[in-house]
Amino acid sequence: MSGPSQSAELDDWGWPAFARRALRSRSFVIGAAIALLVLAIGILSFFWTPYDVTRLVVADRLQSPSSQHWFGTDHFGRDILSMIMVGARNSIAVALVAVGIGMGIGVPLGTWAAAKRGWADDVLMRFNDLIFAFPALLSAVMITAIFGPGIFNAIIAIGIFNIPVFARLSRGAALGFWTREFILAARVAGKGKTRITIEHILPNISNLLIVQGTIQFSLGILAEAGLSYVGLGAQPPQPSWGRMLNEAQTMMSFAPHMAIFPGLAIIITVLGLNMMGDGLRDILDPRLKREN
Amino acid sequence: MLAFLANRLFALGLTLLLATVVIFLVLEIIPGDPARLMLGINATQDAVDVLREQMGLNQPPLQRYWSWVTGLLVGDFGTSYTYSVPVSELILERIVVSLPLALIALTLSTLIAIPVGIYAASHRGRVSDTAVIATTQLGIAIPNFWFALLLVYVFAVSLRLVPAGGFPGWDAGVWEAVKALILPSIALALPQAAILARVTRSAIIETLGEDYVRTARAKGLTYRQTLWRHTLRNAMIPVVTIMGLQFAFLLAGTIIIENVFYLPGLGRLVFQAITQHDLPVVQSVVVLLVATVVLINFLVDIAYAVIDPRLRRSVS
Repeated sequence: MSGPSQSAELDDWGWPAFARRALRSRSFVIGAAIALLVLAIGILSFFWTPYDVTRLVVADRLQSPSSQHWFGTDHFGRDILSMIMVGARNSIAVALVAVGIGMGIGVPLGTWAAAKRGWADDVLMRFNDLIFAFPALLSAVMITAIFGPGIFNAIIAIGIFNIPVFARLSRGAALGFWTREFILAARVAGKGKTRITIEHILPNISNLLIVQGTIQFSLGILAEAGLSYVGLGAQPPQPSWGRMLNEAQTMMSFAPHMAIFPGLAIIITVLGLNMMGDGLRDILDPRLKREN
Repeated sequence: MLAFLANRLFALGLTLLLATVVIFLVLEIIPGDPARLMLGINATQDAVDVLREQMGLNQPPLQRYWSWVTGLLVGDFGTSYTYSVPVSELILERIVVSLPLALIALTLSTLIAIPVGIYAASHRGRVSDTAVIATTQLGIAIPNFWFALLLVYVFAVSLRLVPAGGFPGWDAGVWEAVKALILPSIALALPQAAILARVTRSAIIETLGEDYVRTARAKGLTYRQTLWRHTLRNAMIPVVTIMGLQFAFLLAGTIIIENVFYLPGLGRLVFQAITQHDLPVVQSVVVLLVATVVLINFLVDIAYAVIDPRLRRSVS
């Protein structure tokens, strides 16, 4: 079995072919549409929201959804739709940077360890195990306790703990390929380890990386929400989906809309990103597609 | 296999040692004097000095590290600043909540996910597969604490079937205690089950495309035989990895879920200890959690070698 880079459908690669296949994948189209919509809402919130999220209107507090306030208002009379719009940019920024940190550092480290083996592999994996051994949420709580709660520290905390995930995954997957015949053939042909990693290992493990990247992105959004939920992420008055859920908790019995809409915002965003990732996987791996 | 085991054991010890160093260093740089924090801002400098001496804070860091680590080895976790009781007592009190919670959640998630994953992979592309994918997509996207809020709203507030929060303790009877853990463990298990089912499904599908599986089919084995003898064994590697990851996630995930349900577990203990600068408690609980994770990773590595003998050679 060869990777996508040497596939029989060699002439079916490149951007036009990618776009053609992408548009055929329903999951990708729907997912990408949702992701773009959330992104657009996040950007729009910089310029316009239905109501000012920093203004407290006590007379309007705890209103159920209506034509004036589509998603209702919170206990300070703030418009929940507007708060969700502003919260979108928090979630996107945190998750994106956190996955970037994890992949950007983790994948090179993991594939390097798999190629090099020996002491380098040992040292890296020990170090990896070390970070990995600290439960991410717990460490995020510690990091924010030391450096103070806030968005920036939340990003660092989530990002650091994405590194071993990608390092371990890419190393494990790459190791499996180093024993395969087509890699041996490439080595016999005189290709260096770096070149083999880039030309053969990476295309073959990209499938796994995309799936994991998807999971980590959704986990990033969920982790940010979780940290904000316990009061360690975004700080007031900055609206954040997690913080909104925190404030909703005690009012669950008489104002469930305060919890329902921010929760749906998280779910729809994560769902969209995951569908996009799934679609991408099918598009990027013609091997799986062919067998369909 | 013996050399492999020895190597992994050495790595296990080394990781634990490094972890204690990291935890100690991190907590060293936390701003604030614990003695000052305990006595309040109105305490005289003399009183603070006396307390610092009593707490051993005036010793050089290396000596404090040494006495902490040697204490850990004999089960002496120090004394809590805020509760003035041995930390080991606090931990024992709390672990009887957190451990059952994480174990119930993991069991629940595995029992749901693996069969579902195998089923979906075997019915690839059919309606049932699509339904499984859609359900798992939703399961992954739901934040567990939001799901927990809904569970409380439906089953505790509206239907009054189970308590909304709190923990009666195991003395109140096993059923009463388990009842308090039902909603939290469901909330913890749901996203984990969804992730695990997806990983299982894609690992099996990935493996089904391998040459040796095709060869097995070609020599006349039925789909079922190939699945049990060749596919599952190879597909289990990523599945076991994710399960290892998940247990760590579950242990830490209890921090949030325990907050939703007001459960007096390890997560809440460490969360409160961090905000109160109760260093002996933070250090010990973190070390305990880290040791658990390291041990699980060790077991995962051993499981790898058992599942795939090729990987045993990876140690020269």
